[in-house]
Amino acid sequence: MVEKIATRDAYGKALVELGAENINIVVLDADLSKSTKTADFAKKYPERFFNMGIAEQNLMGFSAGLAASGKIPFASTFAVFAVGRAFEQVRNSIAYPKLNVKIAATHAGISVGEDGASHQAIEDIALMRAVPNMTVLVPSDAEETRQIVRAAAEYKGPVYIRMGRLGVPVLYDDSYKFAIGKASILREGRDVAVFAIGLMVAEALTAAEILSKKGIEVTVVNCASVKPIDQETIIKVLKKTGAAVTAEEHNVIGGLGSAVAEVLAENYPVPLKRIGINDTFGESGKPAELLEKYGLTSQHIISAVKEIIKKKDRLLKMDKI
Amino acid sequence: MSANDIRNMANSIRQDIIEMITAAKSGHPGGSLSSADIVTALYFGEMKIDPQRPDWEDRDRFVLSKGHAAPVLYAALAEKGYFDRKELVKLRQTGHFLQGHPDMKKIPGVDMSTGSLGQGISAAAGMALAGKLDNKSYRVYTLLGDGEMAEGLVWEAAMASAHYKLDNLLAILDNNGLQIDGPNEEVMNSGPLNKKWEAFGWNVIQIDGHNIEEINKAFSESKLVKGKPTIIIAKTVKGKGVSFMENQASWHGTAPSPEQAKNALAELKKVVC
Repeated sequence: MVEKIATRDAYGKALVELGAENINIVVLDADLSKSTKTADFAKKYPERFFNMGIAEQNLMGFSAGLAASGKIPFASTFAVFAVGRAFEQVRNSIAYPKLNVKIAATHAGISVGEDGASHQAIEDIALMRAVPNMTVLVPSDAEETRQIVRAAAEYKGPVYIRMGRLGVPVLYDDSYKFAIGKASILREGRDVAVFAIGLMVAEALTAAEILSKKGIEVTVVNCASVKPIDQETIIKVLKKTGAAVTAEEHNVIGGLGSAVAEVLAENYPVPLKRIGINDTFGESGKPAELLEKYGLTSQHIISAVKEIIKKKDRLLKMDKI
Repeated sequence: MSANDIRNMANSIRQDIIEMITAAKSGHPGGSLSSADIVTALYFGEMKIDPQRPDWEDRDRFVLSKGHAAPVLYAALAEKGYFDRKELVKLRQTGHFLQGHPDMKKIPGVDMSTGSLGQGISAAAGMALAGKLDNKSYRVYTLLGDGEMAEGLVWEAAMASAHYKLDNLLAILDNNGLQIDGPNEEVMNSGPLNKKWEAFGWNVIQIDGHNIEEINKAFSESKLVKGKPTIIIAKTVKGKGVSFMENQASWHGTAPSPEQAKNALAELKKVVC
């Protein structure tokens, strides 16, 4: 059995770790501390934990004020509320003055499951990516979460961290080194590059394993730093593979697929297939069933890789003619 | 500074407001003039600040939650010496640091970027909370508009400030009774404001917002109240000091013509405090 840990669980632990090291770390939540896992920090450092009640706009406003006075606030709630409900507070009170607030949102994507579409953020990356001064980070496993939380705390400025509810396979150990603006190549292959984030990184690795047995070699790139995106690595990998697939638990509009498409189109145009939620809201159901229904599994990546290889081959033939 | 000196300074600041908005050909004179006495009393009497050290950690903070009244804040900052008065007439020009709404990254002395209503008081409360955490003695002042009372975030912040017992937070409501589309009661009745703020757990002081003695007395009183934040509900006149602007909602966000400005300035210069 592969060990699975939810990124939100790793977040809770990372906060406690950080709290011991830096007295300026404060944590705010909006009545979801048991779900976002900030409750761990609250227990350890009650004097530095502030429950704002069910008031997400004020969660962001207070965080802005705390940051303006030298604190490093981590503001947590579900992604749909952090980004949706409080969008304009994040934009005007945090991002515009470039205040040192870390918006650490959990329960992103349809893997929220049973709570349904109202609670499944599928557009949060698109919204946060479009805000100037904002850094957007999406951890794929527990160790990466730990390092992203630390990197966010060290970085001076607003950061959006997108985490999930569901347990996800452990991919990294502590020999891994995350850096803002850097992608991580997990597997190298000549045929297609798969750029993935969040829980789709593990799916991409599974897909690559299966494809390899059929003689198709895939490069798997974890683009945890969605903004700034690692242009250099993306272009390098595109040049090597000549075809790309993106995979994310997010609307195909505005997320990682768009970020990669922007780099690709302006620098090294090759065939691209985006896997994501196809501009539709989710629904209630078991997370695994929803991921299957909305096309977010290793099988869907395998199909996309095969499709894009055909396209690549067709183009290569046309070149020869 | 004596009450009379503050009155004189407020008059100078009113002239600055007219000059800068006229030069910019846009801006918000009504709510800048209505709050001129309050802002002058804060910057020239009440607040513990140092224009030479705008980032001084222990300074009192001011957050202009009604950010569209930026001209009154900029005039006070310039008169206080944060930057040269000559800069004022370059308000709202491309490339100049004096933005249409307060920008803490560009303007020395501005403690929080504001302009989107309701957000200033929320950030001010966060600053007050930080002060409590650090056992600092600084106070945080925030000025709100009465049209702003319709923003849900104002009440989220009000609730949380009482919950966290932020007695180092002082809100001042510039209660001029008018907003862009007309009188508050017609656009959106937010009253009774005193009872609402009391019900949210705040100490409420009601004053005439153009009476310097009353303003100063309210500042002193607010410091004696422990365990809860204070709001001063200051009854004011929109456009105060310029007869043709007084109590006119149409002067909320309209710049005077050069001719109108001349008359306004002549009127203000005649006032002897």
